[in-house]
Amino acid sequence: MTTMTQMVRASNVGKVFGSGNEAVEALKGINLSIHQGEFVSLIGPSGCGKSTLLRLIGDLVAPTSGELEVNSKTPHQARLDRDYGIVFQKSTLLDWRTVAKNVELPLEIMDQDDRQATASRMLELVQLAGFKDHYPWQLSGGMQQRVSIARALAFSPSLLLMDEPFGALDEMTRELMQQEVLRLWKETQTTVVFVTHSIPEAVFLSTRVVVMSARPGQISAEIETALPHPRNEDTRESQAYYDKITEVREALRRGDNTP
Amino acid sequence: MSASVERQVRQPRTGSRAGRLVSIVVVLVVLVAIWEGYKLVWLEMGWIRPVRPDDTTMPHVWDMVIELFRPVRRGGGLLILDLASRSLYTLREALVGFVIGGVFGFSLSVLFVRSTLMERAFMPYVVASQTIPIIAIAPMVVVWGGRLDIPQWMSISIISAYLTFFPVVINALRGLRSPDPSAMELMRSYAAKPSEVLWKLQVPAALPFIFTALKISATASVIGALIGELPAGSGDGLGRALLTFSQQFGARSVKLYATVIVTAIVGIVFVTAVTLAERRLVTEGARQEMELRPQTI
Repeated sequence: MTTMTQMVRASNVGKVFGSGNEAVEALKGINLSIHQGEFVSLIGPSGCGKSTLLRLIGDLVAPTSGELEVNSKTPHQARLDRDYGIVFQKSTLLDWRTVAKNVELPLEIMDQDDRQATASRMLELVQLAGFKDHYPWQLSGGMQQRVSIARALAFSPSLLLMDEPFGALDEMTRELMQQEVLRLWKETQTTVVFVTHSIPEAVFLSTRVVVMSARPGQISAEIETALPHPRNEDTRESQAYYDKITEVREALRRGDNTP
Repeated sequence: MSASVERQVRQPRTGSRAGRLVSIVVVLVVLVAIWEGYKLVWLEMGWIRPVRPDDTTMPHVWDMVIELFRPVRRGGGLLILDLASRSLYTLREALVGFVIGGVFGFSLSVLFVRSTLMERAFMPYVVASQTIPIIAIAPMVVVWGGRLDIPQWMSISIISAYLTFFPVVINALRGLRSPDPSAMELMRSYAAKPSEVLWKLQVPAALPFIFTALKISATASVIGALIGELPAGSGDGLGRALLTFSQQFGARSVKLYATVIVTAIVGIVFVTAVTLAERRLVTEGARQEMELRPQTI
């Protein structure tokens, strides 16, 4: 592991929102290192700062203390270098653009060539090649989220940040999408940081689950899932999977310091 | 978006082009029938309240139309030709005012969305500007314009612009702020320049709002031009015709009514042009999103 590049390195990172009496300590003493090629889930109760941590990595908010590096740079520089793609819970597709044009959006901004070809390739990757001329509102929620993933991967970022991307989907679609994301992760060899509040989802997807606790947001445990790849329906029915789910659940309970 | 909502918004708009035309004609016929029916019944019964329906206060609709095809004055051209050339004159003033007001209003909204400080400093004055009666502003603009050797119709356009920029500022500002916060974060994640955020995200999102404003502005610009023509003493526009004919109202009211009809048509033509532009520029998706969004103002 030590020979691999560190994609994210946080040492003693803290984030306080507001000031004075209204200050809220969202994150405290976060130490985390994520290596290239890993799939790391951040899981915890609401208010544990898991989304905030993801936003710190993406330089969408700035830390108040500690040191944070993304791709061996400041998060700000990493963002300027377009080192990461991001997927939100909402697909945030632009309604006036077709599916293909939505995928081309980051490529336009980054002034890349062969945008149409890239968009077609990405849509093929998420199995939506036949929908490139559709508008977002003509697609189901799961399909919209696929487009949003294609858009995030279109410029081949080395890091993919996902903020509860399947939170608004039904259970069936959700499991399909998990399978898809694993396939994309394998095919693109992108490092993924995945925020979720679903224990089975975190265990199924991740190489490592980072368990967080709230008030203030801290990392309470890190659990290597060590489930074999490829992961599929058999994985979901295996004893090892259940055991990991139990382990994460117990870690979450230990971290829960509310009475 | 739940399935039922999706189904609702995906339905095509009711009514074909022909159907819409029929409904417009039906309403017109009903309005004419009410006018003429009132006249008929009130004359028959000898009623004089609220309005005595004689040929000065309430001329027959057909008399108004016939008047259009009579000479303006003895030996002059037909009223309709006179009004047509006046309409073009007023429409030019209104159009230039509409463009100036629209560009100015949009620019202000961009300035305000970029800088909350500017919005706080200037928004109260933008609002205050609309509480000052245009009747008071118009003569000032005309006099100042005259001193600066600006053509008179241009001064009138500026008066028109004064009325048109306001709806654009208010609506465009709301539209520019309408993108979801995560869409703004997405643009930030791409390290997009402010101008790219503006043109690729905020302006397209604002288009439905802007067109709503432009429809209001289209009518307002005609009103502004008409009012601007009054103190300007401009003899070439519809405003002057309205003024002259309203002074002759007691003697021959049909001319005023006929002119009012023509003025209304000018406004309708303008709004229709804006609506057609909207159909071309605003995609179905944005329009439906606009209709789905709860209206909170």
